[in-house]
Amino acid sequence: MMPELGKYAAEVISAYAVSLGLLVGLVVLSLRRNARLRDALRQVEDRQRKTNG
Amino acid sequence: MIALLRRDLVLAVRAGGGFGLGLAFFLVLSVLVPFGVGPEADVLARIAPGILWIGALLSCLLSLDRIFALDFEDGSLDLLATAPVPLEGVSVVKALAHWLTTGLPLTLLAPGLGVLLNLPPAGFGWLVISLAVGTPALSLIGAFGAALTVGLKRGGLLLSLLVLPLYVPTLIFGAQVATQGAAGLDVGTPLVLLAGISAGTLALMPFAAAAALRINLR
Amino acid sequence: MSFWEFANPKRFMQLSSRLLPWVAGLSLACLVVGLIWGFFFTPEDYRQGSTVKIIYLHVPAALMAINAWLMMLVASLVWIIRRHHVSALAARAAAPVGLTFTVIALITGAIWGQPMWGTWWAWDPRLTSFLILALFYMGYIAMWEAVENGDTAADLTSVLCLVGSVFAILSRYAVLFWNQGLHQGASLSLDKEENVADVFYLPLLVCIAGFVLMFLALVLLRTRTEIRARRLKALLNRERMA
Repeated sequence: MMPELGKYAAEVISAYAVSLGLLVGLVVLSLRRNARLRDALRQVEDRQRKTNG
Repeated sequence: MIALLRRDLVLAVRAGGGFGLGLAFFLVLSVLVPFGVGPEADVLARIAPGILWIGALLSCLLSLDRIFALDFEDGSLDLLATAPVPLEGVSVVKALAHWLTTGLPLTLLAPGLGVLLNLPPAGFGWLVISLAVGTPALSLIGAFGAALTVGLKRGGLLLSLLVLPLYVPTLIFGAQVATQGAAGLDVGTPLVLLAGISAGTLALMPFAAAAALRINLR
Repeated sequence: MSFWEFANPKRFMQLSSRLLPWVAGLSLACLVVGLIWGFFFTPEDYRQGSTVKIIYLHVPAALMAINAWLMMLVASLVWIIRRHHVSALAARAAAPVGLTFTVIALITGAIWGQPMWGTWWAWDPRLTSFLILALFYMGYIAMWEAVENGDTAADLTSVLCLVGSVFAILSRYAVLFWNQGLHQGASLSLDKEENVADVFYLPLLVCIAGFVLMFLALVLLRTRTEIRARRLKALLNRERMA
């Protein structure tokens, strides 16, 4: 069910697409960096715990 | 402080580079503009004040990283930090030396380039006045930018990214004075605001620059 | 419990891990409800046609673009005065989010301006101020990236943020002086008369709440990342020393 957007459909839809794209991109990047660092930190912490006893 | 100023001036003149380079850059830039926009006299007359202001701004930018970088490398900045002169004073003197070696010559050179760019006769006086009032602000803001980036590799590029947005108000009011003066309009308001910016930066930027220097010298 | 408990990284990690799912969920809910409401169930404006629907992205993004900078300013001040690391890292975490919001506001504004004003871009005071704001964000982020030492970077960026704020305000007035614009005045104010009509107002409020919460969630998440990055660096350094 698309609403009737009239002659400005392209503008409205592209505005929504670009904005949501940027927001999703930002969220995905933030999440990926968070996950990567969490794993890296856990590895190093485990390693140090082993060597330090 | 006067000794420091004299030393900086002598260094700037003797070391070559910095002193003449900014002026040469200003000249080349102004010569290139007509190639870009075409030689029509009335077009050039319209954009001349703005071009000259932007040219002056970019030439200032060119020598900013030398304000503190050389002294930082050879360690004399550390000595200055422990000297009885406060770092705020050092920042003012450094900015003043920078202005005397770039801002002032640029101001004096600008009318000559105004002829090349077909600046209307009414504009010459206002162009010189606006540059004379505005370029100290450029040097003071630049000294802050230089203090922020002093210890960095490839600091020069970052310096321009940091400093150029800070130049926006100065550029707007300065170019406004020059443009309105060239058009024969009243320039009182922008000139007062431009002077206000210069005075404000003189009052505040040395403290910011000194704070940044202290952090970088830690 | 005092607010400064957050300043302890360990406490911050505990609290934020409990808080984050709620904030993120609530923000998602608000955004979904607000944007769907705005996109599907609001009427067209009699003058602007369907382009009025862009308001649900444009206004909240613009609002948060400025508030993000304010939050960075406050966080920088807290860092300078009380030396809480979490505060500095939160300022760092907020910058890319603020930049993204600024870009969204600029792009949606351009797309909206094209049919309404007949141009993508005009050197209008509001538009120009936002462009300058984007430049400030870029400089700030670049400064963080450029400095190796964490504490030095935090100090330098804090000073930059303070000075930048002063110049951002100056630029705002300079730009106003420089060119009178096309942009309409504030679309939200406490004065009821000046507000946009009620049909658009309610979903807009929901969208704004969504953007605020989203900002909060992203800053929490990114601050957690920065804290971990700092700890990782410290551990690796210790390993190298040993």
